[in-house]
Amino acid sequence: MADAEPLIDCDVHNALADDGALGPYMPQAWRDRREALTYLPTEFRNVRENLGDRSYIGAEYPRPTPRASRVDAWPPDGGAPASDLDFTRAQLLDRWNVEYAVLNPLLGIGEMLNLELAAVMARAANDWLVDQWLDPEPRFRGSIVIPYEDAVWSAGEIDRVAADDRFVQALMLSRTIEPMGRRRYWPIYEACERNGIPLGIHNGGWGGHPMTPTGFPTFYLEDAAAMALAFQAQITSLICEGVLHRFPRLRIVLIEGGFAWLPSLMWRLDRAWEKLRVEVPHLDVPPSVLVRERFWFSTQPMEETEHPHQFGELIEDLDMSDRILFSTDYPHWDFDSPNAALPPRLDTGLRHKILHDNAAALYALPAVSPAND
Amino acid sequence: MTKHVLCAARELAVGEHRVFDVDGRSIGVYNVGGEFLAIRNRCPHQGGPLCEGVQVGALISEEPGTYIYDRPGEVVRCPWHAWEFDLRTGTSWFDPEHQRVKFYEVQVLTGEDVAGLMPPRPGMLPGPYRAEIVPVSVEDAYLVIDVGHIPKG
Repeated sequence: MADAEPLIDCDVHNALADDGALGPYMPQAWRDRREALTYLPTEFRNVRENLGDRSYIGAEYPRPTPRASRVDAWPPDGGAPASDLDFTRAQLLDRWNVEYAVLNPLLGIGEMLNLELAAVMARAANDWLVDQWLDPEPRFRGSIVIPYEDAVWSAGEIDRVAADDRFVQALMLSRTIEPMGRRRYWPIYEACERNGIPLGIHNGGWGGHPMTPTGFPTFYLEDAAAMALAFQAQITSLICEGVLHRFPRLRIVLIEGGFAWLPSLMWRLDRAWEKLRVEVPHLDVPPSVLVRERFWFSTQPMEETEHPHQFGELIEDLDMSDRILFSTDYPHWDFDSPNAALPPRLDTGLRHKILHDNAAALYALPAVSPAND
Repeated sequence: MTKHVLCAARELAVGEHRVFDVDGRSIGVYNVGGEFLAIRNRCPHQGGPLCEGVQVGALISEEPGTYIYDRPGEVVRCPWHAWEFDLRTGTSWFDPEHQRVKFYEVQVLTGEDVAGLMPPRPGMLPGPYRAEIVPVSVEDAYLVIDVGHIPKG
Protein backbone atom coordinates (compact mmCIF):
# COMPACT_ATOMS: atom_id res chain seq x y z
CA MET A 1 0.00 0.00 0.00
CA ALA A 2 2.21 2.78 -1.25
CA ASP A 3 -0.54 5.32 -0.61
CA ALA A 4 -0.64 4.70 3.13
CA GLU A 5 0.77 7.56 5.21
CA PRO A 6 4.11 6.74 6.86
CA LEU A 7 3.83 5.59 10.43
CA ILE A 8 5.90 4.49 13.39
CA ASP A 9 4.61 1.39 15.10
CA CYS A 10 5.51 1.49 18.79
CA ASP A 11 4.59 -2.04 19.79
CA VAL A 12 5.55 -5.12 17.78
CA HIS A 13 6.16 -8.55 19.29
CA ASN A 14 8.77 -10.53 17.43
CA ALA A 15 9.16 -14.10 18.61
CA LEU A 16 11.79 -16.81 18.83
CA ALA A 17 11.68 -19.18 15.86
CA ASP A 18 11.94 -22.07 18.30
CA ASP A 19 12.80 -22.65 21.93
CA GLY A 20 16.46 -23.11 21.11
CA ALA A 21 16.79 -19.81 19.25
CA LEU A 22 18.63 -18.09 22.09
CA GLY A 23 21.04 -21.03 22.53
CA PRO A 24 23.75 -19.70 20.22
CA TYR A 25 23.81 -16.46 22.18
CA MET A 26 24.22 -18.12 25.59
CA PRO A 27 27.43 -19.26 27.30
CA GLN A 28 28.05 -22.99 26.92
CA ALA A 29 27.64 -23.70 30.63
CA TRP A 30 24.13 -22.29 30.64
CA ARG A 31 23.23 -23.85 27.32
CA ASP A 32 24.06 -27.31 28.68
CA ARG A 33 22.11 -26.68 31.83
CA ARG A 34 19.08 -25.54 29.92
CA GLU A 35 19.17 -28.58 27.68
CA ALA A 36 19.39 -30.86 30.71
CA LEU A 37 16.34 -29.17 32.14
CA THR A 38 14.22 -29.46 29.02
CA TYR A 39 13.25 -33.07 29.55
CA LEU A 40 9.53 -32.52 29.11
CA PRO A 41 7.65 -33.37 25.93
CA THR A 42 8.10 -30.84 23.15
CA GLU A 43 4.81 -29.07 23.64
CA PHE A 44 5.78 -28.17 27.20
CA ARG A 45 9.31 -27.26 26.33
CA ASN A 46 9.21 -23.64 27.08
CA VAL A 47 11.63 -21.87 29.25
CA ARG A 48 9.23 -20.56 31.81
CA GLU A 49 7.53 -23.87 32.46
CA ASN A 50 10.82 -25.68 32.81
CA LEU A 51 12.68 -23.15 34.82
CA GLY A 52 9.90 -21.58 36.77
CA ASP A 53 8.02 -18.35 36.65
CA ARG A 54 6.17 -16.66 39.43
CA SER A 55 2.72 -17.80 38.46
CA TYR A 56 1.12 -21.10 37.58
CA ILE A 57 0.00 -22.61 34.31
CA GLY A 58 -3.57 -21.61 33.72
CA ALA A 59 -3.25 -18.18 35.25
CA GLU A 60 -2.20 -17.09 31.80
CA TYR A 61 -5.70 -17.47 30.42
CA PRO A 62 -6.28 -19.30 27.14
CA ARG A 63 -6.35 -16.68 24.40
CA PRO A 64 -9.00 -16.66 21.64
CA THR A 65 -6.38 -17.73 19.09
CA PRO A 66 -3.17 -19.79 19.23
CA ARG A 67 -0.25 -17.75 20.61
CA ALA A 68 -2.71 -14.87 21.03
CA SER A 69 -2.03 -14.06 17.40
CA ARG A 70 -3.91 -12.99 14.31
CA VAL A 71 -4.98 -16.15 12.53
CA ASP A 72 -3.44 -14.83 9.30
CA ALA A 73 -0.07 -14.05 10.92
CA TRP A 74 1.36 -17.57 10.82
CA PRO A 75 4.20 -17.64 8.26
CA PRO A 76 3.47 -20.08 5.41
CA ASP A 77 6.83 -21.81 5.92
CA GLY A 78 6.07 -22.62 9.56
CA GLY A 79 7.24 -21.04 12.75
CA ALA A 80 5.41 -18.79 15.16
CA PRO A 81 3.82 -15.46 14.21
CA ALA A 82 6.46 -12.71 13.92
CA SER A 83 9.32 -15.21 14.15
CA ASP A 84 10.06 -14.97 10.43
CA LEU A 85 11.77 -11.77 9.34
CA ASP A 86 10.62 -11.82 5.71
CA PHE A 87 6.99 -12.53 6.51
CA THR A 88 6.92 -9.87 9.23
CA ARG A 89 8.48 -7.43 6.82
CA ALA A 90 5.81 -8.12 4.21
CA GLN A 91 2.75 -8.36 6.45
CA LEU A 92 3.61 -5.44 8.70
CA LEU A 93 6.33 -3.09 7.43
CA ASP A 94 5.59 -3.13 3.69
CA ARG A 95 1.84 -3.55 3.97
CA TRP A 96 1.39 -0.51 6.19
CA ASN A 97 4.27 1.70 5.04
CA VAL A 98 5.92 1.47 8.46
CA GLU A 99 8.91 3.77 8.73
CA TYR A 100 10.08 2.33 12.05
CA ALA A 101 8.72 -0.44 14.26
CA VAL A 102 9.74 -0.87 17.88
CA LEU A 103 10.28 -4.53 18.77
CA ASN A 104 9.16 -5.52 22.26
CA PRO A 105 10.02 -9.21 22.64
CA LEU A 106 7.81 -10.81 25.30
CA LEU A 107 10.01 -13.73 26.26
CA GLY A 108 9.08 -14.15 29.91
CA ILE A 109 12.62 -13.35 30.97
CA GLY A 110 11.78 -10.66 33.51
CA GLU A 111 9.41 -13.03 35.26
CA MET A 112 11.71 -15.99 35.80
CA LEU A 113 12.47 -17.27 39.29
CA ASN A 114 16.07 -18.08 38.43
CA LEU A 115 17.51 -14.58 38.26
CA GLU A 116 20.96 -15.65 37.15
CA LEU A 117 19.52 -17.50 34.20
CA ALA A 118 17.22 -14.55 33.50
CA ALA A 119 20.27 -12.28 33.34
CA VAL A 120 22.02 -14.65 30.91
CA MET A 121 18.90 -14.94 28.78
CA ALA A 122 18.27 -11.19 28.71
CA ARG A 123 21.80 -10.72 27.42
CA ALA A 124 21.26 -13.44 24.83
CA ALA A 125 17.93 -11.92 23.81
CA ASN A 126 19.49 -8.52 23.17
CA ASP A 127 22.28 -10.07 21.10
CA TRP A 128 19.66 -12.09 19.19
CA LEU A 129 17.70 -8.87 18.56
CA VAL A 130 20.73 -7.19 17.05
CA ASP A 131 21.81 -10.20 15.03
CA GLN A 132 18.46 -11.45 13.72
CA TRP A 133 16.36 -8.29 13.52
CA LEU A 134 18.14 -4.94 13.83
CA ASP A 135 21.09 -5.74 11.57
CA PRO A 136 19.08 -7.21 8.68
CA GLU A 137 16.23 -4.66 8.76
CA PRO A 138 16.95 -0.95 9.25
CA ARG A 139 13.28 -0.16 9.95
CA PHE A 140 13.37 -2.07 13.24
CA ARG A 141 14.22 -0.55 16.59
CA GLY A 142 14.54 -2.61 19.76
CA SER A 143 13.60 -2.46 23.41
CA ILE A 144 16.28 -3.70 25.78
CA VAL A 145 15.22 -6.95 27.44
CA ILE A 146 16.12 -6.81 31.13
CA PRO A 147 15.69 -9.18 34.10
CA TYR A 148 13.90 -6.35 35.85
CA GLU A 149 13.39 -8.06 39.21
CA ASP A 150 17.14 -7.71 39.61
CA ALA A 151 17.67 -4.03 39.01
CA VAL A 152 21.45 -4.05 39.35
CA TRP A 153 21.89 -6.68 36.64
CA SER A 154 19.28 -4.85 34.57
CA ALA A 155 21.20 -1.59 34.84
CA GLY A 156 24.37 -3.38 33.75
CA GLU A 157 22.62 -4.78 30.69
CA ILE A 158 21.23 -1.35 29.79
CA ASP A 159 24.74 0.08 30.05
CA ARG A 160 26.09 -2.75 27.89
CA VAL A 161 23.78 -2.27 24.91
CA ALA A 162 22.32 1.24 25.03
CA ALA A 163 25.28 2.75 23.17
CA ASP A 164 23.71 1.13 20.10
CA ASP A 165 21.21 3.82 19.06
CA ARG A 166 18.88 1.19 17.65
CA PHE A 167 17.92 0.26 21.21
CA VAL A 168 15.41 2.99 21.97
CA GLN A 169 14.20 2.08 25.46
CA ALA A 170 14.45 -0.48 28.27
CA LEU A 171 11.44 -2.74 28.78
CA MET A 172 9.58 -3.77 31.92
CA LEU A 173 6.16 -5.38 32.24
CA SER A 174 3.35 -3.78 34.18
CA ARG A 175 2.95 -6.41 36.89
CA THR A 176 6.10 -6.49 38.99
CA ILE A 177 6.77 -8.08 42.39
CA GLU A 178 6.55 -4.70 44.10
CA PRO A 179 5.16 -1.36 42.94
CA MET A 180 7.60 0.26 40.54
CA GLY A 181 8.24 3.30 42.69
CA ARG A 182 10.02 1.16 45.30
CA ARG A 183 13.74 1.42 45.89
CA ARG A 184 14.57 -2.03 44.50
CA TYR A 185 13.89 -0.80 40.94
CA TRP A 186 15.74 2.52 41.09
CA PRO A 187 18.97 1.32 39.45
CA ILE A 188 16.93 0.67 36.29
CA TYR A 189 15.66 4.23 36.18
CA GLU A 190 19.11 5.58 36.89
CA ALA A 191 20.50 3.56 33.98
CA CYS A 192 17.76 4.77 31.63
CA GLU A 193 18.52 8.34 32.56
CA ARG A 194 22.30 7.82 32.30
CA ASN A 195 21.89 6.42 28.80
CA GLY A 196 19.29 8.94 27.70
CA ILE A 197 16.59 6.39 26.87
CA PRO A 198 12.99 6.11 28.07
CA LEU A 199 11.64 3.25 30.14
CA GLY A 200 8.88 1.27 28.42
CA ILE A 201 6.28 -0.47 30.56
CA HIS A 202 4.28 -3.04 28.64
CA ASN A 203 1.05 -4.67 29.77
CA GLY A 204 1.51 -8.11 31.34
CA GLY A 205 3.94 -9.86 33.59
CA TRP A 206 3.61 -12.68 36.05
CA GLY A 207 5.09 -10.94 39.02
CA GLY A 208 3.18 -13.38 41.14
CA HIS A 209 0.15 -11.16 41.45
CA PRO A 210 -3.24 -11.76 39.90
CA MET A 211 -4.61 -9.34 37.33
CA THR A 212 -6.96 -7.79 39.85
CA PRO A 213 -6.61 -6.76 43.50
CA THR A 214 -9.42 -9.20 44.28
CA GLY A 215 -7.63 -12.33 43.12
CA PHE A 216 -7.49 -14.39 39.96
CA PRO A 217 -10.56 -13.97 37.75
CA THR A 218 -11.96 -16.84 35.68
CA PHE A 219 -11.92 -15.66 32.09
CA TYR A 220 -9.49 -14.09 29.65
CA LEU A 221 -12.14 -11.45 28.96
CA GLU A 222 -11.71 -10.27 32.54
CA ASP A 223 -7.95 -10.29 32.17
CA ALA A 224 -8.08 -8.34 28.90
CA ALA A 225 -10.46 -5.75 30.33
CA ALA A 226 -8.42 -5.22 33.51
CA MET A 227 -5.13 -4.07 32.00
CA ALA A 228 -5.52 -0.53 33.32
CA LEU A 229 -5.37 -1.62 36.96
CA ALA A 230 -1.66 -2.38 37.07
CA PHE A 231 -0.81 0.73 35.05
CA GLN A 232 -2.77 2.94 37.42
CA ALA A 233 -0.99 1.42 40.39
CA GLN A 234 2.44 1.89 38.77
CA ILE A 235 1.86 5.52 37.76
CA THR A 236 0.66 6.29 41.26
CA SER A 237 3.63 4.53 42.85
CA LEU A 238 6.24 6.16 40.59
CA ILE A 239 4.84 9.60 41.39
CA CYS A 240 4.30 9.14 45.12
CA GLU A 241 7.68 7.51 45.79
CA GLY A 242 9.36 10.52 44.21
CA VAL A 243 10.98 8.54 41.38
CA LEU A 244 10.27 11.35 38.92
CA HIS A 245 12.01 13.81 41.25
CA ARG A 246 14.98 11.57 41.91
CA PHE A 247 15.43 10.97 38.19
CA PRO A 248 14.36 14.26 36.64
CA ARG A 249 15.15 13.25 33.07
CA LEU A 250 13.40 9.86 33.24
CA ARG A 251 10.69 9.45 30.58
CA ILE A 252 8.18 6.62 30.79
CA VAL A 253 6.18 5.00 28.00
CA LEU A 254 3.02 3.05 28.90
CA ILE A 255 2.48 0.37 26.30
CA GLU A 256 -0.76 -1.52 25.66
CA GLY A 257 -2.59 -0.22 28.66
CA GLY A 258 -5.22 2.02 27.12
CA PHE A 259 -5.55 5.66 28.12
CA ALA A 260 -9.21 6.63 28.52
CA TRP A 261 -8.80 6.02 32.23
CA LEU A 262 -5.90 8.44 32.52
CA PRO A 263 -7.87 11.70 32.90
CA SER A 264 -9.89 10.33 35.80
CA LEU A 265 -6.71 9.03 37.46
CA MET A 266 -5.16 12.50 37.19
CA TRP A 267 -8.28 14.10 38.66
CA ARG A 268 -8.32 11.60 41.52
CA LEU A 269 -4.60 11.97 42.26
CA ASP A 270 -4.73 15.76 42.20
CA ARG A 271 -7.65 15.93 44.61
CA ALA A 272 -5.97 13.43 46.94
CA TRP A 273 -2.69 15.38 46.79
CA GLU A 274 -4.46 18.59 47.80
CA LYS A 275 -5.67 16.92 50.98
CA LEU A 276 -2.83 14.55 51.77
CA ARG A 277 0.19 16.45 50.50
CA VAL A 278 1.98 16.35 53.87
CA GLU A 279 2.46 12.62 53.44
CA VAL A 280 4.49 13.20 50.28
CA PRO A 281 6.07 16.64 50.77
CA HIS A 282 8.54 16.02 47.92
CA LEU A 283 5.63 16.33 45.52
CA ASP A 284 5.89 20.03 44.81
CA VAL A 285 3.48 19.98 41.88
CA PRO A 286 0.12 18.24 41.39
CA PRO A 287 0.52 14.65 40.14
CA SER A 288 -1.19 15.52 36.84
CA VAL A 289 1.68 17.88 36.02
CA LEU A 290 4.13 15.01 36.36
CA VAL A 291 1.95 12.70 34.28
CA ARG A 292 1.77 15.22 31.47
CA GLU A 293 5.50 16.03 31.62
CA ARG A 294 6.97 12.58 31.96
CA PHE A 295 4.64 9.97 30.51
CA TRP A 296 3.86 8.83 26.99
CA PHE A 297 1.42 6.07 26.01
CA SER A 298 0.72 3.82 23.05
CA THR A 299 -2.72 3.56 21.46
CA GLN A 300 -3.43 -0.14 21.02
CA PRO A 301 -5.84 -1.49 22.09
CA MET A 302 -7.63 1.69 21.04
CA GLU A 303 -10.36 2.90 23.30
CA GLU A 304 -13.32 2.50 20.96
CA THR A 305 -15.88 4.88 22.38
CA GLU A 306 -19.62 4.46 22.02
CA HIS A 307 -20.00 7.72 20.10
CA PRO A 308 -17.27 9.31 17.94
CA HIS A 309 -17.44 12.71 19.68
CA GLN A 310 -16.41 11.04 22.94
CA PHE A 311 -12.97 10.39 21.54
CA GLY A 312 -12.55 14.13 20.98
CA GLU A 313 -13.58 14.80 24.56
CA LEU A 314 -11.05 12.24 25.75
CA ILE A 315 -8.24 13.91 23.80
CA GLU A 316 -9.25 17.24 25.33
CA ASP A 317 -9.38 15.83 28.87
CA LEU A 318 -5.96 14.24 28.44
CA ASP A 319 -4.28 17.37 27.11
CA MET A 320 -1.36 15.16 26.07
CA SER A 321 -1.52 15.38 22.27
CA ASP A 322 2.27 15.18 21.97
CA ARG A 323 2.39 11.97 24.00
CA ILE A 324 0.12 9.60 22.10
CA LEU A 325 2.02 6.94 20.13
CA PHE A 326 0.42 4.71 17.53
CA SER A 327 0.93 0.96 17.90
CA THR A 328 -0.46 -2.14 16.22
CA ASP A 329 0.56 -4.90 18.69
CA TYR A 330 1.38 -7.04 15.66
CA PRO A 331 1.07 -10.05 15.44
CA HIS A 332 -1.33 -10.33 18.34
CA TRP A 333 -5.02 -10.96 17.91
CA ASP A 334 -6.04 -7.52 19.15
CA PHE A 335 -3.94 -5.86 16.42
CA ASP A 336 -5.00 -2.29 15.60
CA SER A 337 -5.16 -1.55 11.91
CA PRO A 338 -3.42 1.74 10.99
CA ASN A 339 -6.15 2.76 8.56
CA ALA A 340 -9.11 1.84 10.75
CA ALA A 341 -8.24 2.16 14.43
CA LEU A 342 -8.07 5.94 14.75
CA PRO A 343 -11.43 7.72 14.47
CA PRO A 344 -11.92 8.82 10.84
CA ARG A 345 -12.78 12.41 11.73
CA LEU A 346 -9.68 12.97 13.81
CA ASP A 347 -7.93 16.29 13.11
CA THR A 348 -5.28 15.71 10.43
CA GLY A 349 -2.48 17.34 12.40
CA LEU A 350 -3.19 15.26 15.48
CA ARG A 351 -3.49 12.13 13.38
CA HIS A 352 -0.04 12.73 11.93
CA LYS A 353 1.39 13.32 15.39
CA ILE A 354 -0.09 10.09 16.71
CA LEU A 355 0.92 8.01 13.72
CA HIS A 356 4.39 9.42 13.33
CA ASP A 357 5.74 12.63 14.82
CA ASN A 358 5.32 11.92 18.53
CA ALA A 359 7.30 8.66 18.33
CA ALA A 360 9.95 10.20 16.07
CA ALA A 361 10.53 12.91 18.67
CA LEU A 362 10.45 10.65 21.73
CA TYR A 363 12.84 8.04 20.35
CA ALA A 364 14.93 10.56 18.34
CA LEU A 365 14.45 8.55 15.16
CA PRO A 366 16.32 9.82 12.11
CA ALA A 367 14.11 11.30 9.40
CA VAL A 368 13.62 9.03 6.43
CA SER A 369 13.69 10.60 2.98
CA PRO A 370 10.64 9.70 0.90
CA ALA A 371 11.08 6.65 -1.28
CA ASN A 372 11.70 7.37 -4.95
CA ASP A 373 8.84 5.66 -6.70
CA MET B 1 -24.38 -7.89 -15.48
CA THR B 2 -24.25 -8.77 -11.81
CA LYS B 3 -24.19 -12.57 -11.94
CA HIS B 4 -20.82 -14.26 -11.91
CA VAL B 5 -19.92 -17.91 -12.33
CA LEU B 6 -17.56 -18.93 -9.54
CA CYS B 7 -16.65 -22.57 -10.05
CA ALA B 8 -18.14 -26.01 -10.49
CA ALA B 9 -20.20 -26.91 -7.44
CA ARG B 10 -18.23 -30.13 -6.90
CA GLU B 11 -15.04 -28.10 -6.45
CA LEU B 12 -16.31 -26.85 -3.09
CA ALA B 13 -16.94 -29.84 -0.84
CA VAL B 14 -19.04 -29.82 2.32
CA GLY B 15 -17.15 -28.00 5.09
CA GLU B 16 -14.88 -26.17 2.67
CA HIS B 17 -14.77 -22.54 1.74
CA ARG B 18 -12.92 -20.49 -0.82
CA VAL B 19 -12.33 -16.79 -1.41
CA PHE B 20 -13.17 -15.44 -4.88
CA ASP B 21 -12.43 -12.12 -6.49
CA VAL B 22 -15.75 -11.11 -7.97
CA ASP B 23 -15.54 -7.94 -10.00
CA GLY B 24 -13.01 -6.42 -7.59
CA ARG B 25 -14.77 -7.61 -4.46
CA SER B 26 -13.25 -10.30 -2.27
CA ILE B 27 -16.02 -12.73 -1.32
CA GLY B 28 -15.86 -15.94 0.69
CA VAL B 29 -18.13 -18.80 -0.36
CA TYR B 30 -18.86 -21.58 2.14
CA ASN B 31 -20.34 -25.03 1.66
CA VAL B 32 -22.27 -25.60 4.88
CA GLY B 33 -23.82 -29.04 4.79
CA GLY B 34 -24.43 -28.79 1.05
CA GLU B 35 -25.77 -25.24 1.19
CA PHE B 36 -23.69 -22.48 -0.33
CA LEU B 37 -23.38 -19.26 1.70
CA ALA B 38 -21.36 -16.21 0.76
CA ILE B 39 -20.13 -13.12 2.62
CA ARG B 40 -17.83 -10.23 1.90
CA ASN B 41 -14.23 -10.95 2.92
CA ARG B 42 -13.83 -7.73 4.89
CA CYS B 43 -14.70 -7.22 8.52
CA PRO B 44 -16.64 -3.97 9.11
CA HIS B 45 -14.69 -3.40 12.32
CA GLN B 46 -11.12 -2.72 11.18
CA GLY B 47 -11.08 -4.30 7.73
CA GLY B 48 -9.60 -7.68 8.67
CA PRO B 49 -9.75 -10.51 6.09
CA LEU B 50 -12.87 -12.04 7.59
CA CYS B 51 -12.91 -15.25 5.56
CA GLU B 52 -9.44 -16.21 6.78
CA GLY B 53 -11.01 -16.63 10.22
CA VAL B 54 -12.18 -19.89 11.70
CA GLN B 55 -15.62 -21.28 10.92
CA VAL B 56 -17.43 -22.21 14.11
CA GLY B 57 -20.91 -22.80 15.49
CA ALA B 58 -23.12 -20.47 17.46
CA LEU B 59 -22.28 -20.93 21.13
CA ILE B 60 -25.30 -19.89 23.13
CA SER B 61 -26.41 -20.16 26.72
CA GLU B 62 -29.91 -20.15 28.16
CA GLU B 63 -28.64 -19.38 31.61
CA PRO B 64 -25.22 -19.10 33.26
CA GLY B 65 -23.56 -22.49 33.33
CA THR B 66 -25.31 -23.96 30.29
CA TYR B 67 -23.58 -24.18 26.93
CA ILE B 68 -25.29 -25.02 23.66
CA TYR B 69 -23.22 -25.38 20.52
CA ASP B 70 -25.78 -24.70 17.84
CA ARG B 71 -25.66 -24.47 14.04
CA PRO B 72 -22.14 -25.82 13.53
CA GLY B 73 -20.25 -24.17 10.70
CA GLU B 74 -22.64 -21.26 10.29
CA VAL B 75 -20.58 -18.64 12.09
CA VAL B 76 -17.29 -17.07 10.99
CA ARG B 77 -14.93 -15.48 13.48
CA CYS B 78 -12.67 -12.67 12.22
CA PRO B 79 -8.98 -13.64 12.28
CA TRP B 80 -8.05 -10.33 13.89
CA HIS B 81 -10.42 -9.48 16.76
CA ALA B 82 -12.70 -12.53 16.77
CA TRP B 83 -15.90 -10.64 15.93
CA GLU B 84 -18.47 -13.29 14.97
CA PHE B 85 -20.75 -13.12 11.93
CA ASP B 86 -23.70 -15.27 10.90
CA LEU B 87 -23.04 -16.76 7.46
CA ARG B 88 -26.78 -16.85 6.70
CA THR B 89 -27.48 -13.19 7.36
CA GLY B 90 -24.13 -11.41 7.57
CA THR B 91 -25.13 -10.00 10.94
CA SER B 92 -22.68 -9.76 13.80
CA TRP B 93 -23.36 -11.69 16.96
CA PHE B 94 -23.19 -8.74 19.35
CA ASP B 95 -24.92 -6.02 17.33
CA PRO B 96 -26.90 -7.52 14.46
CA GLU B 97 -28.71 -4.24 13.77
CA HIS B 98 -25.64 -2.08 13.17
CA GLN B 99 -22.61 -4.29 12.65
CA ARG B 100 -23.03 -6.53 9.65
CA VAL B 101 -21.14 -7.79 6.66
CA LYS B 102 -22.62 -7.98 3.17
CA PHE B 103 -23.90 -11.42 2.28
CA TYR B 104 -24.79 -12.74 -1.13
CA GLU B 105 -27.08 -15.30 -2.63
CA VAL B 106 -25.34 -18.23 -4.27
CA GLN B 107 -27.26 -20.20 -6.87
CA VAL B 108 -26.45 -23.66 -8.12
CA LEU B 109 -27.12 -23.68 -11.86
CA THR B 110 -26.63 -26.22 -14.61
CA GLY B 111 -24.05 -25.73 -17.31
CA GLU B 112 -26.80 -24.83 -19.73
CA ASP B 113 -28.16 -22.10 -17.46
CA VAL B 114 -24.67 -20.79 -16.95
CA ALA B 115 -24.03 -20.63 -20.67
CA GLY B 116 -27.18 -18.51 -20.95
CA LEU B 117 -25.67 -15.99 -18.52
CA MET B 118 -22.85 -15.25 -20.92
CA PRO B 119 -24.01 -12.81 -23.62
CA PRO B 120 -22.01 -12.51 -26.85
CA ARG B 121 -19.35 -9.84 -26.56
CA PRO B 122 -20.51 -6.54 -28.04
CA GLY B 123 -18.93 -5.57 -31.32
CA MET B 124 -18.17 -9.14 -32.32
CA LEU B 125 -19.66 -10.21 -35.64
CA PRO B 126 -19.68 -13.65 -37.25
CA GLY B 127 -16.56 -13.87 -39.41
CA PRO B 128 -16.09 -15.59 -42.75
CA TYR B 129 -14.35 -18.66 -41.29
CA ARG B 130 -16.04 -21.59 -39.63
CA ALA B 131 -14.19 -23.99 -37.34
CA GLU B 132 -15.18 -27.58 -36.95
CA ILE B 133 -17.82 -27.84 -34.24
CA VAL B 134 -17.43 -30.47 -31.54
CA PRO B 135 -20.56 -31.14 -29.49
CA VAL B 136 -19.89 -30.84 -25.72
CA SER B 137 -22.40 -31.96 -23.18
CA VAL B 138 -22.59 -29.85 -20.03
CA GLU B 139 -23.75 -31.92 -17.11
CA ASP B 140 -22.03 -30.27 -14.19
CA ALA B 141 -23.60 -27.80 -11.76
CA TYR B 142 -22.00 -24.41 -11.21
CA LEU B 143 -21.99 -21.88 -8.38
CA VAL B 144 -23.28 -18.51 -9.49
CA ILE B 145 -23.25 -15.42 -7.32
CA ASP B 146 -25.33 -12.28 -7.69
CA VAL B 147 -23.43 -9.28 -6.38
CA GLY B 148 -26.20 -6.82 -7.21
CA HIS B 149 -25.51 -3.17 -7.78
CA ILE B 150 -23.65 -2.28 -4.63
CA PRO B 151 -20.68 0.01 -5.14
CA LYS B 152 -17.20 -1.44 -5.01
CA GLY B 153 -14.98 -0.58 -2.11
